[in-house]
Amino acid sequence: MIPRRTLADREDVLGVAMLAPALAYVILLVGVPFVLAILLSFSNATAGSLSFGWAGWRNYATILADPIFLRSLRNTAIVTIGSQALVVALATAAAQVFRAAFHGKRLARLVLLLPWAVPVSLAAIAWTWIFDSTFSVLNWTLKAAHLMHGWLYWLGDPGLALVAIIIVQAWRVFPFATVIVLAGLSSIPQDVVEAAIVDGAGFWRRLFKVELPLLVPVVAVAVLFGVVYTATDLGVVYILTGGGPANTTQVLPTLAFQRGVLGADLGQGAAIAVFLLPFLIVVAVAMLRLARRAEVGAR
Amino acid sequence: MGRGGGDPIVIGVELRNLSRRFGDFHAVDGVDLSIRAGELLVLLGPSGCGKTTLLRMIAGLERPSSGEIFIGGERVDADVPPRARGIAMVFQSYALYPHRTVAQNIAFPLEASRMPRPQIAEKVRWAAELFGITRYLERYPRQLSGGERQRVALCRALVRDPKVFLLDEPLANLDAKLRNTARDELKRFQRQIQRTTVYVTHDQVEAMGLGDRIAVMDHGRVRQIGTPQEVYEDPVDTFVATFVGQPPMNLLDVRDPGLPSGTLLGFRPEHFLPRDHFTSDEPIQIFCFAVRRVEYLGSDRYVYGSVAEEAVGEATVIAKLPATVATAIPEGEALEFAVPRRALRYFDAATGARRRP
Repeated sequence: MIPRRTLADREDVLGVAMLAPALAYVILLVGVPFVLAILLSFSNATAGSLSFGWAGWRNYATILADPIFLRSLRNTAIVTIGSQALVVALATAAAQVFRAAFHGKRLARLVLLLPWAVPVSLAAIAWTWIFDSTFSVLNWTLKAAHLMHGWLYWLGDPGLALVAIIIVQAWRVFPFATVIVLAGLSSIPQDVVEAAIVDGAGFWRRLFKVELPLLVPVVAVAVLFGVVYTATDLGVVYILTGGGPANTTQVLPTLAFQRGVLGADLGQGAAIAVFLLPFLIVVAVAMLRLARRAEVGAR
Repeated sequence: MGRGGGDPIVIGVELRNLSRRFGDFHAVDGVDLSIRAGELLVLLGPSGCGKTTLLRMIAGLERPSSGEIFIGGERVDADVPPRARGIAMVFQSYALYPHRTVAQNIAFPLEASRMPRPQIAEKVRWAAELFGITRYLERYPRQLSGGERQRVALCRALVRDPKVFLLDEPLANLDAKLRNTARDELKRFQRQIQRTTVYVTHDQVEAMGLGDRIAVMDHGRVRQIGTPQEVYEDPVDTFVATFVGQPPMNLLDVRDPGLPSGTLLGFRPEHFLPRDHFTSDEPIQIFCFAVRRVEYLGSDRYVYGSVAEEAVGEATVIAKLPATVATAIPEGEALEFAVPRRALRYFDAATGARRRP
C-alpha cells in the first residue's frame, strides 16, 4: 500500500502553517499598532473617549510650533549621536583589550555583558543614585580623587542631565557593540594584519589604516542597532529625569508618552512618535549603504 | 657560484640550532642553515614539516624557542621587530589590504617608512611597470584575478627594497595552467633583482624548477640541502628519495648476497626500463617485472607491478616509460626489466639512511 501523504510532504501547506505564528505576531503586534499610530496622528482622538475625528495635519502643525517638541527632537538627536559616538570609541578600544590574552578574560567578558542583560528600569534606578543630587557616588569619587572641586547637580542642570543620559545610554549599548566589534576583529584575516606588521606598520598605523577601515561595515551595523535602540528608548530618560528639569531633557519617546498617554491627547502623542520614523529610516538607509560600500570596496 | 673555492661564502641568512616548540610539539627542531646572499633557497617538505614556521621565524612573526637568526650578518632573533629586519614577505593568500587600491597597497610599506609622497608615487609606478600592472593601479584587490593579485603582492614586497624576500607558497592559490608561467616570471624576477630569497613550498616540481638550492624538511628538521640535481640524484635518505620525484623512487628490500643484510635498493621509475632497451655492454641489474596495470599519460606510460625475484614480499614497483619507448607492455604478464647499475641507490632498511657500498 502506498503510504499517504502526510503534512510533512505538503510543502505548500507546511510552509504557510509554520510561517503563520511569526506572521500573526508581526501583523498584530507591529503592523496594526503602526498603522493605528499613523491614523491616530491624523485624528483628534483622546484617551477617555471612543470618538475618532479626522484632524488632518493639525497635530503635526501643533507640535512643530511647540518649543518643547523641538527641544525634544534636538535632545533625541544629541543623546543618540553623543551616546553612539561614545559607544564606537569605547567598543573599539574594549575590543582591542579583549582580543589580547590575559588571566580572567572569561570573567571579564561576562562582566562586560552584564549591562546588556540588566533590565532598563533597574539600571536606570541605580544610575539615579549615582547621579543623585545629595548622595552622588560619582561626585564623591571625583572629589576623593581630587579631580573636582565643588559639587555637580547632575540631574538638576539641563546640560549635565543630558550628559548623564548620554552616559547611561552609552553604557547600555556598549557591551553589545563590543561583542560585535570583537566578532568583526576576528573576521579580519590574520595574514593581512601580519602583512601590515612585516610592511613596517606600528600599532597605531595598523589600527587606523588597516583594522578600523576593515571594521567599518561591522561598526556600521552596531551603530545602526545602537541608534534605533537609543532613539526609541523611553525608560532611561523617564526614570532618570522624567524629562525634567522643566521639560529640558525630554526626548521624543518620553514626550509622546507624556502627551499621548498621561495627557490623554492620543492624536498629538501619535504624531510625536511617528516623527521618529523618517529620522530612523534615514539613519538605517545611510548605515546600510555605508556597510555595503565598505564591503564592495568601491568608492 | 663556485663551490669549494677559498672565498668565504657571503651569508644572506644564517640559522643556528633554531628551534620552535608548541607545547610538546617540535615544529622546528634544531635547524642549522646558511642561505647565501643572492640565492633562491627553497624550503621543501610535506605540510606540518615546519617550513612555514621556519620562514615566520626569519620574518619575526614567530619567536624562536631557542637558537639564533642572522640576517646579513646581524643577529635578529631576540628583539629586532619584523619591520627592522630588512625583509619582505609574500603570503600564500597574498594578504592584500582589501580596502585599499592596488596603488595604495603597494604604497603602504613606503608610507609606513615615512617616505615623502612624490617619491612614493614614483616608486609605485616603477614597481608597477616592472610587473606590468600599471593598468590595475586604481582597482581594488577583489577586482583582480589570482595571478594579478600575486603580482601586486610581489610588487608590495619589492618596493620595500628588502635584503631578503620571504615567499610562503606564493603560487599555491593559482590554477595549474597559470602556475607554470608564474613560476617562470618569478624566477626571471629573482634573477633580475639578485636578492636573497627564501621560498616555501610543498610542491617538489616548483622546488626543482625554482631553487638554486633546496632544503628538504621533515618533522622540523632539514634532511638534506643541495642543488635540485643533488637532492634528486643523491638523496641522503629514503624520505628525500621518496618525497622528491614523481612518481617516487622505488625501494626494494632485496636479499642480495653481495650486499649487507637490511639493505634497501632504490631506483627511479624512469631508470626502470624493458631490458632490450639497454645495450649489452652497459652494466645493468635485471628484474622479472610482473605487470599489473599500465597507465597511459600521453608523454609517459606508468607501469605498475611487482618484482618477485629474490625479494621479501611483493612491493609495488613503478616504471615510467617515456613515449619514445615503444615496447608493448601487456597487462598481467611478467617481463624482463632492468636498471642501469649507476642508477642504483642503497639505503639502510632500519634507519632509512643512505649506504654507499
